[in-house]
Amino acid sequence: MSLHEDVSLAPHRVVGLTDAQCVRMYEEMVAARKYDERAHVLQRAGKVAFHVSGIGHEVAQVAAATALDRQTDLFFPYYRDYALLLSIGMTLRELMLALFLKAEDPNSGGRQMVGHFGCKRLRVFTGSSPVATQIPHAVGAAYAAKLRGESAVSFVSFGEGSSNQGDFHEGCNFAGVHQLPVILFCENNRYAISVPEKLQIAGRIVDRAQGYGFTGVRVDGNDPFAVYEAVRQARARAVAGEGPTLIEAMMYRLQPHSTADNDLLYRTQAEIDAHRAADGVVHMLHYVMQQGLRTEEQQLQWMGMLDEQLRQAIDEADAAPYPHPATMMHHIYGDEATRVMPGKGSLP
Amino acid sequence: MKYIEAIRQAMHDEMVRDARVFVLGEDVGKGGVLNTTIGLRDRFGAARVLDTPLAESAIVGVAIGAAMHGMRPIAEIQFADFIFPATNQIISEAAKIRYRSNNDWHAPLVIRVPYGATGGGALYHSQCPESVFFGVPGLKIVAPATPYDAYGLLIAAIRDPDPVLFFEHKKCYLSISGDVPADGCVVDIGQANVVRRGTDVTVITYGMTVHLALRAAEALATTEKIQTHILDLRTLQPLDRTAILEAVVHTGKVLIVHEDHKTGGIGAEIAAIIAETLLYELDAPIARLCGPDVHAIAMSPTIEKAFLITEQQVAEAIHHLAHA
Repeated sequence: MSLHEDVSLAPHRVVGLTDAQCVRMYEEMVAARKYDERAHVLQRAGKVAFHVSGIGHEVAQVAAATALDRQTDLFFPYYRDYALLLSIGMTLRELMLALFLKAEDPNSGGRQMVGHFGCKRLRVFTGSSPVATQIPHAVGAAYAAKLRGESAVSFVSFGEGSSNQGDFHEGCNFAGVHQLPVILFCENNRYAISVPEKLQIAGRIVDRAQGYGFTGVRVDGNDPFAVYEAVRQARARAVAGEGPTLIEAMMYRLQPHSTADNDLLYRTQAEIDAHRAADGVVHMLHYVMQQGLRTEEQQLQWMGMLDEQLRQAIDEADAAPYPHPATMMHHIYGDEATRVMPGKGSLP
Repeated sequence: MKYIEAIRQAMHDEMVRDARVFVLGEDVGKGGVLNTTIGLRDRFGAARVLDTPLAESAIVGVAIGAAMHGMRPIAEIQFADFIFPATNQIISEAAKIRYRSNNDWHAPLVIRVPYGATGGGALYHSQCPESVFFGVPGLKIVAPATPYDAYGLLIAAIRDPDPVLFFEHKKCYLSISGDVPADGCVVDIGQANVVRRGTDVTVITYGMTVHLALRAAEALATTEKIQTHILDLRTLQPLDRTAILEAVVHTGKVLIVHEDHKTGGIGAEIAAIIAETLLYELDAPIARLCGPDVHAIAMSPTIEKAFLITEQQVAEAIHHLAHA
């Protein structure tokens, strides 16, 4: 029996999501979770060099992506956004190619660390490791879109630690002054590596929006429909010319910062366990089952398919060639065939 | 046409030709505090001559985002001395966009950087920060000395597929005039230019000191019959190695002159290129005449005068090499 006697009152329908969209959201969250878990195992097994986890972020990321226009919007993600990337069209195989640092990786051809996304095909703008630098880029792309009369919206995500960088403030201020179509999506997972939220910010990140002259919304990042609705409204405002929105999605980083971090040096297992009980991905599974959107049999069958997809993605990424060392000198400049860099000699 | 007019004309002409080109920076709407963008807002509107908040990292970062999304922005840093808040966006972002995305993305933007001492500018309106960016792969750096080169290199910079730092010497703005063809010109990035032919001493320089070298050379030709060969680098990155080496071989004696500090300046790299390539072609040790290794120019006229390279110092350095 359905959780809600009147099916129109089911939370996903209340915010305008179809059953099919709801199931798709669930599947993307789980795919991201399983990718992340495999990546961790692959790193511990010595198959890949490094992994930085997005576990605990999947619900908010997929919900945000679902509220955006995957065909026109401009994406400026940060390094935990695997679920966002999967939701807007990057494949598990492509994520694995990036994890394995292979030539075919669409993000950087194995040049960057995992989680440093970039893919023109999906309008994912290339990102870097210095945090918050992508925020002014999102603002600039939105300005370009506005100059050309396009309806695209810039979606830029970042952690709460990044909200302290100058580029966050400079980007927010610029977007506010020019009322640009930008959604600033803060994934507040309570830790910037080891430094807890209370040592990063004295007030609330969401309240800063007021100072920049635009709307700020705080949502529970484990509530997919609340996040969806917040991003949907933000996008509607952006398209209507009503300017940027800052969304602070509250969540918890269930894994250490990266595979190089020991999180028990700065937080307790009890704290982690308490948050694990609130895991939004598990709740989403219960929701989908309770709503009758999926039978046990369908679920088992789908999980089997996902496992197979992951196995295949790992096998292919593992077998794929690394970039040739000679390509090190490629793409320094667009007209590099005619260029010789000081001290570098001729290009191969 | 004055040097500053050539820069303004190049922006104007390219904005007429290409709707993707727009200018952004502090006070650019009114014409800029140095008057470079005068008249552009009247002609092209406030959306394409955009007054930005006072925040250099955003000026460059926004330009990068717009460039990645199909525009050709010209970002103005009001004074070179204020470029440092944008350094992360220039070095970590603009320079690496193409490389880190494996050629998927690129950022064709120009960053105009008024630099150098004009007198009365003190520590923070006089600096030559080009060496901070020199050697960063992915960046191109140009530093024209004449109106012709300023016009032609700015056109080339706007059309270039990669980020270009356009260092425009403030002392040249009003003091240097020259012809620019009525139908414009393009000067290729990466090509130095022999601005005076001579047989005794080679001077390699760029920016305002090109003009000091030219005046010194004329004086020495008359008074001492010393014939000076002068190479104006025009582009600092990538350096025109062929032109540098040819200019050195031409006389066998080389003096490198720049207003930027001596230590770690571009002259150090030029000296290294010469030494590792044709040390035994030299008839005298490589000489450098550069800004002293102090923070920058001081406001007080006595210290200001002591800091700046003069025509007389250039002449003495050439004279010394000629008799070495």
